[in-house]
Amino acid sequence: MSEQIHDESTRPLVRIRGLRKSFGANLVLDGVDLDVHEGEVTVLLGPSGSGKSTLLRSINHLEKPDAGFVEVGGEIIGFRHQGGSLHELGHRAITRQRARVGMVFQQFNLFPHLTVLENLTEAPVAVRGLSRKSAALQAKALLERVGLGGREDAYPRQLSGGQQQRVAIARALAVEPQLLLFDEPTSALDPELVGEVLAVMKDLALSGMTMIVVTHEIGFAREVADSVVFLDGGRVIESGPPADVLANPGHERARSFLSAVL
Amino acid sequence: MSSPVAAGHPPAAPSSPSAPPFPPALHERPEDEQLLAAKLVPLRRPGQWASALVLVVLLAMLVHTLLTNRRFQWDVVGSYFLNGSIVDGLKLTLWLTAAVMASGYLLAVGVAAMRLSGNPVLRSLSFGFVWLVRSVPPLVQLLFWYELASLYPQLSLGIPFGHEFVTVRTAHLFSGILAAFVGLTLDVAAFASEIVRGGILSVEHGQTEAAEALGLGKVRIFRRIVLPQAMPAIVPASGNLLIGMLKATSIVSVIAVQDLLYSSQLIYNQNYLIIPLLLVATLWYIILTTLLSIGQFFVERHYARGSNRGGGSARTGFWQLFRGNVPLGLS
Repeated sequence: MSEQIHDESTRPLVRIRGLRKSFGANLVLDGVDLDVHEGEVTVLLGPSGSGKSTLLRSINHLEKPDAGFVEVGGEIIGFRHQGGSLHELGHRAITRQRARVGMVFQQFNLFPHLTVLENLTEAPVAVRGLSRKSAALQAKALLERVGLGGREDAYPRQLSGGQQQRVAIARALAVEPQLLLFDEPTSALDPELVGEVLAVMKDLALSGMTMIVVTHEIGFAREVADSVVFLDGGRVIESGPPADVLANPGHERARSFLSAVL
Repeated sequence: MSSPVAAGHPPAAPSSPSAPPFPPALHERPEDEQLLAAKLVPLRRPGQWASALVLVVLLAMLVHTLLTNRRFQWDVVGSYFLNGSIVDGLKLTLWLTAAVMASGYLLAVGVAAMRLSGNPVLRSLSFGFVWLVRSVPPLVQLLFWYELASLYPQLSLGIPFGHEFVTVRTAHLFSGILAAFVGLTLDVAAFASEIVRGGILSVEHGQTEAAEALGLGKVRIFRRIVLPQAMPAIVPASGNLLIGMLKATSIVSVIAVQDLLYSSQLIYNQNYLIIPLLLVATLWYIILTTLLSIGQFFVERHYARGSNRGGGSARTGFWQLFRGNVPLGLS
């Protein structure tokens, strides 16, 4: 570790190298490399089945890689490097790593039996050891931030899809993650509700949050992303600033995908 | 739909006095204003009225025969209703059911969690336990525990196939009541574990993933996120099991444990007042089942928090059915 200290400031927050994953005979990730620096917003684009969701889920160890590794903040996710081997970590250690990475899901996955406030305080109390009172204070501030102040006593089902997704973002923020993952956060929403969620995400990006976003919202990628990564067949076929990748993609597959979604 | 004007001549439908031609001739169609001013008349359901009437008559006959048939001997029922040994039997039935259900469900949650775990050893163990206990009739299990002494006269703690440290004679290890408790607990655990497992499987996997992504630990996810959401699926079947167990405890009479039913049997074996004493036991079972059903209603309503299903509204169940059918006779 000591020889790495001097370049810690320039070392990417997320480093993914040679990541491979298959489900049965289906090869989903075929050697993916990816760097995300602190404060950057990276958008993952690609046709369905290109492996972007699996890549995102690997960063939180919701998928276990077959080969390669994911490193967040200098720590290998899900494994411990010792004596030339990567030893799988126990549940407790993985749980601790996950608490540093927040995730927002396509289907929101709010806890329907808990109120909005309870959804937001559950993890801070359990993981960060906050008292109920200070967790509630923090939760109220977060709800204000996503434009839902005063809705803490509602149950998720009483909210619109856009409001639920904004609560889900606030819930992910409540554990104060170093990194926020978004898995198609607006795909389950009615078109008129997409804007409010994207606005909250843009706000977060401007505040300096490191984000990796799987989305089909090209407008969001163009406006907010620092870099766009294009996946196809489990490989990164194009990556760079949105102006380059979106304006004149070099790869044929990227061109045809973009012309289909634009 | 084509507009009325474009519809032209309506087809000449075969007309009968009860069924007017459809669609009606243009000049017979009501104006929009008439339709808007018209009163809504719900569909009449004379069949429901007729069946209700039949049921009321049958119910009246039942009440009549219960009251007038002297051979039910209601005065004897009354005199034994709060009889000392009946009440003792009732107490035993109550606490045996409570103890069996409580320890059975504790075991059941563990067995269900084992069955759903990633550990193949635990999964097989859980499967084997449920298979074995469900295969053996509860009566046989009860007798097995009661007669354990004849199968294993002594039990020892020690190294398998090696030295023994402690040895216990089993002759007086299992009294009737303990055998009943152990046998019925295992029975409840096996059946309830399948109920709990079904409830857990009904909770969307995304809930667990979201909780994992927040960094919640395994036990906390199960206790705080998955189990409460599984409860709406678990409670109705468990209410069934509880009420079933309340009455199933009466099989303990085979090992001479004096529960509610066995107490009344002991009395009628002496005085031959068989029917009245069976009625005493039955009335108590009816009272207990009624109380438990009411309790189940409130438990279900509690776990319906945050969902639109069941509970919440005051107009549920019988009242809703009643209200839905009363307008039949009105207007």
